[in-house]
Amino acid sequence: MAQAAEIKLEPQGRKTDGVIAFFKKKEIGIFLLLALVCIATGIKNPNFWSVVNLQDEARLIGMFGIFSVGVGLVIITSGIDLSLGSLFALEGILLAMALTEHHWPFSAGYWPWPVAAVAVIALCAFLGWIHGILVTRANLQPFIVTLCGLLIYRGLARFIATDSTKGFGDATQFGLLNRLATGTVCHTGPFRFELLTNVPEGMAGVPMPFVLFVITAIIFWVVLHRSVYGRYLYAVGRNEDAARYSGINTKRVITSAYVICSGLAGVSGILFAFYTNSISPSTHGNFYELFGIAAAVLGGCSLRGGEGSIIGICIGAALLQVLQNLVNLLGIDSSLNFAVMGTVILLGVLADQLVAKSKKKE
Amino acid sequence: MTNALLELIGIGKRFPGVVALDKVSFAISSGEIVALIGENGAGKSTLMKVIGGVYQPDDGEIRVDGKHVAFRNVSDSIASGIGFVHQELNNLDNIDVAGNVYLGREPKSFGFLNIIDRGKMERDTQALLDRLGLNVSPSAPLSTLSIAQQQMVEIAKALSLKARVIIMDEPTSSLTLQEAQRLIEVSKELRDSGVSIIYISHRLGELPGFADRIVALRDGQNAGTLTTEEITHDNMVKLMIGRDIEQFFAEQQDGTGEKRLQVKDLQTARYPQHKVSFDVAAGEIVGMAGLVGAGRTEVSEAVFGVRPALSGDIILDGTPITVSKADDAIKRGLYLVPEDRRHNGLILEMTIRENITLPEIKRFLTGGLINMQKELDVSREYCGKLAVRTPSTEAFAGNLSGGNQQKVVLAKWFALAPKVIIFDEPTRGVDVGAKAEIYTLMRGLAKNGVAVLMISSDMEEVLGVSDRILVMHEGQISGQLGREEYSEEAVMRLAVGGGNSNGASRRN
Repeated sequence: MAQAAEIKLEPQGRKTDGVIAFFKKKEIGIFLLLALVCIATGIKNPNFWSVVNLQDEARLIGMFGIFSVGVGLVIITSGIDLSLGSLFALEGILLAMALTEHHWPFSAGYWPWPVAAVAVIALCAFLGWIHGILVTRANLQPFIVTLCGLLIYRGLARFIATDSTKGFGDATQFGLLNRLATGTVCHTGPFRFELLTNVPEGMAGVPMPFVLFVITAIIFWVVLHRSVYGRYLYAVGRNEDAARYSGINTKRVITSAYVICSGLAGVSGILFAFYTNSISPSTHGNFYELFGIAAAVLGGCSLRGGEGSIIGICIGAALLQVLQNLVNLLGIDSSLNFAVMGTVILLGVLADQLVAKSKKKE
Repeated sequence: MTNALLELIGIGKRFPGVVALDKVSFAISSGEIVALIGENGAGKSTLMKVIGGVYQPDDGEIRVDGKHVAFRNVSDSIASGIGFVHQELNNLDNIDVAGNVYLGREPKSFGFLNIIDRGKMERDTQALLDRLGLNVSPSAPLSTLSIAQQQMVEIAKALSLKARVIIMDEPTSSLTLQEAQRLIEVSKELRDSGVSIIYISHRLGELPGFADRIVALRDGQNAGTLTTEEITHDNMVKLMIGRDIEQFFAEQQDGTGEKRLQVKDLQTARYPQHKVSFDVAAGEIVGMAGLVGAGRTEVSEAVFGVRPALSGDIILDGTPITVSKADDAIKRGLYLVPEDRRHNGLILEMTIRENITLPEIKRFLTGGLINMQKELDVSREYCGKLAVRTPSTEAFAGNLSGGNQQKVVLAKWFALAPKVIIFDEPTRGVDVGAKAEIYTLMRGLAKNGVAVLMISSDMEEVLGVSDRILVMHEGQISGQLGREEYSEEAVMRLAVGGGNSNGASRRN
């Protein structure tokens, strides 16, 4: 009875049964693309493989990767976050001012750096919570909510900074924060690692942002692919109604994704602020939100929600930075930067679509 | 048959690994209603898609008016006078009625400007609507129409295409009894005016006295034909499954008397002016009948907490409980098998395993993380217990047939410890064999002391499964029937609002 309908199931059913596929197919594709771009760039310009370049790359990948993970989570809930670029500016301005200009409420001096750092990350998470509340309770579309965030935070940043550039100067009072944000973990002796800001010539090391990124990725890999919360994210993103009928507090799940997204952006934001050390409120972080979205989409997240993986997002974030590097190293006019990136994303997504189509036909 | 309008001879259609149709023959003359029956997967839809030009057959011949034809695509089929009213409506509900009827063939005016000739379109549509007795304006947005009315619009569209054969694929599956009755009348009128109708239905009860002939398919082959006089429920079931069903409905019984679920003065947002009170005892199946829109689903959703009640008490095993979200109900063993399983019951793009473990995934944790082996063990166990037909628990829920999907929704709750289960339209779109299995499962639950509330618009099911019937009308419980009082008429009388038979025409 009813055999016809069941036989068709076979291919999907068999493969993953009981086996944890570390690399899903989608991720292999983008990984190969990343490898291809690296190899091609390396052949054209061997400087690509130089320690200095790789360290610079890793630093950028780290900074962009951390918040891309958060954006990925939001996209999995079928949301989006457009506000992050402006959030970086607002956060950077506030952080710089707290550390170098403002005493209040501390009478002894400027804000102690741990307080300031925690405060700005908490502020970002709070703004994410507002996004989540507006999306789930007021039933506004995520696109609109975060578009308004993009405009509002940029305006606030410029107003608070009276449109003047802020920085951290020589960063002596908060040296550890500076080192945590911009330092490099170096191997200085047998089983000895040190976090240095100025790396001596010839010493290899891993930039701190990359270390933080790897830690973030591991934590969120577990959260997304192994925890209840991760399962709920996928469920909510795919079919919110069915998730609700299964007793899941869908509003809380969605809201928390925005909190995580903005919170991780808060971490990235500190790194960006110290990286540039000169935060111009009108341009700092411009378009960065799109790097996050692009990384997630390249990594296999569907804007319809319920699809995507941490590994994919990470590779996506890396690919975007390598592409920028490629433009530099190959001597392509840097004004073409975005055009190259856009083209590669388009081709990537197109190829993915074609592969998916041909699979369906089988 | 020499005077056949449409004739299919020895049609074969193969898909990779599956023979969907094997030498199937079918014929229909003008002015005839032929019902096509068969279980899901028997090949009905494939055969209809061959007629509709969606699929091209691998073997066999199609003849229209005795002449050989080949339907290369849907347009060829339409040009030969075949109209298709799909199971899932293909209407655009952001456009008005006339726009839907003439979608893609809008009458144009002002020459090259291609302005839609609204006047002509609406006049022509009005004529069709009159013919079908559908009392809506051609300029009404489709979203304001009921499902039944939207279906009539589909039929109007087929007629406007000068269809001589109209295929109706499970047209009554989401209609109320009245609406279904109306559709049947319209179909008969169309037949009398010379239009032929191929009617696919799982509601076997509506076929006697309606279909002129029945063609049954089984496993992609012709299983037999019934003439007008031979059309009985038993004969049809026998053809469909190839054997007699000894017991379609499990034996009815009385509850143990202990009140498991009591609902007192429940007010829902849909009908705030009425309060609903009822109870379900451990071990009994209470059927809840009524017209669509009578407020039954609202009551079930309030009890389950997905749309909390405005006021009222829900008492479980003598203890009043607060249910403000689904989790409150689930924690206490009170579950809902929702009406719209594809939308509310399951996440189609997730695997069977993930669907089954979703409500209480916390039981499957090891050291805070999901233990997939535990999940697999439990989901395999329940797929086995409920006879879900699938090669693996890793198959996507969306790839299962309706009956198997419903079983997965059940497995979700069976894997927990149910005290009360509310079924909302448990067998809609489910084939006969799976129906009987679901009834057996429901009875098994009741025998284990679960209180079962079954909301259903399928009269056969209400009368055949329930130990007691509650009938709702416009937000109120209009009456209760004990087993000795069971009859279709009694249920209908209460469903339309007590003895007032004029009430029937109030909602359509």
